[in-house]
Amino acid sequence: MAEYKPIRKVVSGNYAAAYAAKHARVQVVAAYPITPQTSIIEKIAEFIANGEVENLQYVPVESEHSAMAACIGASAAGARVFTATAAQGLALMHEMLHWASGARLPIVMVNANRALAPPWSVWDEQTDSLAQRDTGWMQFYAENNQEVYDGVLMAFKVAETVNLPAMVIESAFILSHTYDVVEMIPQELVDEFLPPREPLYDLTDFEKSFSVGALATPADYYEFRYKEQKAMEEAKEVIREVGKEFGERFGRDYSGMIEPYRVEDADFVFMGMGSLMGTVKQAVDILRDEGYRVGALKVRWFRPFPKEELYEFAKEVGGIAVIDRNYSFGMEGILFTEAKGALYNTGARPLMKDYIVGLGGRDFTVNDVRKIAENMKTIMGKGELDVEVDWYHLKR
Amino acid sequence: MEIPENVKKRLSIPAEEHFYAGHTACQGCGAALGLRYVLKAYGKKTIFTIPACCSTIIAGAWPYNTLDANLFHTAFATTGAVMGGIEAALKARGFKVKGEDGVMVVGWAGDGGTADIGLQALSGFLERGHDAVYIMYDNEAYMNTGIQRSGSTPYGAWTTNTPGGKKHFLEKRHKKKVIDIVIAHEVPYAATASVAYPEDFIRKLKKARKIPGPSFIQLFAPCPTGWRSPTDKSIEIARLAVQTAYFPLFEYENGKYRINMPSTKKEPKPIEEFLKYQGRFKYMTKEDIEVLQEWVLHEWEKLKKLAEVFG
Ligand SMILES: Cc1ncc(C[n+]2csc(CCOP(=O)(O)OP(=O)(O)O)c2C)c(N)n1
Ligand code: SF4
Repeated sequence: MAEYKPIRKVVSGNYAAAYAAKHARVQVVAAYPITPQTSIIEKIAEFIANGEVENLQYVPVESEHSAMAACIGASAAGARVFTATAAQGLALMHEMLHWASGARLPIVMVNANRALAPPWSVWDEQTDSLAQRDTGWMQFYAENNQEVYDGVLMAFKVAETVNLPAMVIESAFILSHTYDVVEMIPQELVDEFLPPREPLYDLTDFEKSFSVGALATPADYYEFRYKEQKAMEEAKEVIREVGKEFGERFGRDYSGMIEPYRVEDADFVFMGMGSLMGTVKQAVDILRDEGYRVGALKVRWFRPFPKEELYEFAKEVGGIAVIDRNYSFGMEGILFTEAKGALYNTGARPLMKDYIVGLGGRDFTVNDVRKIAENMKTIMGKGELDVEVDWYHLKR
Repeated sequence: MEIPENVKKRLSIPAEEHFYAGHTACQGCGAALGLRYVLKAYGKKTIFTIPACCSTIIAGAWPYNTLDANLFHTAFATTGAVMGGIEAALKARGFKVKGEDGVMVVGWAGDGGTADIGLQALSGFLERGHDAVYIMYDNEAYMNTGIQRSGSTPYGAWTTNTPGGKKHFLEKRHKKKVIDIVIAHEVPYAATASVAYPEDFIRKLKKARKIPGPSFIQLFAPCPTGWRSPTDKSIEIARLAVQTAYFPLFEYENGKYRINMPSTKKEPKPIEEFLKYQGRFKYMTKEDIEVLQEWVLHEWEKLKKLAEVFG
């Protein structure tokens, strides 16, 4: 094994994604432009134009529905496939997201979290990707550009092991367009980590003559879905192993599906996903200096949901402030529902409150985390919630 | 069944069968026949993609496949896009695509999946120039969901959502000319074909295989169930569609039009000939039939002119 010497580049989250796709040696990219995703594919097209990649077919399709359809065709024909989208594009793909997972195709896609219209908004919100919760895609939420890069490489390995598609999610502009240092991995080392894909089935296998996706009667359909769930369960172990291997090879450990930060003896923690956790971690450092006993719990993988890890954690802590940059109308923040649901039968019952923040890209700052901490302290002192769901930024 | 070599030589279409018995099409189904001819022309080194349509069923429920070729079943709107993806993957992986001995990527979609919901993906497929063949089998309605109109349904035809009743029939628009939309993309090869003329269809399929870039064939495929026609009349109806010039056979190749019907020299038969076995047209009055006749002859004159000027 060659020695790992990282190549440091200052890149946007989008370029980090493009480089990761390149280093993963993707063979087919089919995509459609949408802000703030566009520059991912533009960069990949540039790699092709400059002869920096070999054997990469780029299909500039006429819609996201077709982008995912083309990815599905390419993946079924044995290729390693990548695409990227956001918001309206992801919503338009919805039908095909089910097709990718149902046909057990390990496509990897980067979604730049963006609020859905109307009203139009190009800024950050997680509702677009979380609304795809039940499509059978794995979901990895990146905190920073480094995690976008690492996430894409790991997503391919996990996806191709369990034969399910995976989404790597970055936030609009906060990551997609913000430049930061990313440690990239030399190609030979990526190749060692991520060998060529071995498809579950391959349409170019002409000896057999088989069909994929045929009608299944009630006598069989149910079992297809069960196997998909089994693959999701299996993915948890694979995710942990791949994350551990990544850490051993490249020094950045992802063996946990959730990442605790300064949680030792914390009275309560802030729990959330994606780039907002960078802000939260910084706030934790400051609040700790100010005497708050607080920590952070970042959920890296939302699907499969890290139930077991959450339980191990929740049984030790008195309170969880869930920070949701998303919303499920008629209910509450989506991570909040999931986390409560995961714990209900375990007996681990910390006090949990949902803070809805930053919808449509509204700023979410260290000061906001401090206000949440103050509120959590108060309600924990009383031992009961004021409100369960707090529309925290509302202009009251 | 083994066919003796001397007999094989005399056959005008390939003897090899790659479409298994036991498929689940209705009796007299034009689509099933069409699929059989495509398999005869291209053999088993073919990757089909089939969207939601009657052929989803005809091709077999899991775990069966009535095709002796590989098949990816896909969502209704996506035939053109999936074909593009498959072709791209083959190229990235170093396969030879199309040509005499390359892998054939074939889209097989109904008129609904082509003229309506899949039109955008078809357009993208044609315009990007993938090396693959798109075949639209035209049974002039959505048969799989129970005979609803499509853009390709003709004037006067009964369907379950454009019924004929005591007072009116609802289908007042002429058939969408998908092939003209295809040709507007300046594709290298586009053609119409009919299950009543298998030699002509297979010749066109083979031509489509040789010409680089995207090809499109619109295949006239009667549906006794949806057309309310006797199951043993499908071929006759398909032949009459050509002879009345309701569905003329022609090719468009690199800017040139060529009409290739057995009866080009003769005047088209009256449209009533085409309508006569089909219950779906029984609501038409004499005047309605005239409207259809006029449209058919107008389109036929247009095609003849095109062949004359750009032949
Ligand atoms: C998005 C979507 N909408 C609707 C349907 C329902 N559907 C399945 S097949 C079909 C009609 C197919 O018609 P056509 O393409 O003409 O083929 P045919 O059934 O006539 O062979 C429809 C509407 C679907 N599968 N997907
Ligand atoms: S309904 Fe029509 S197209 Fe469908 S299988 Fe029956 S005959 Fe064929």
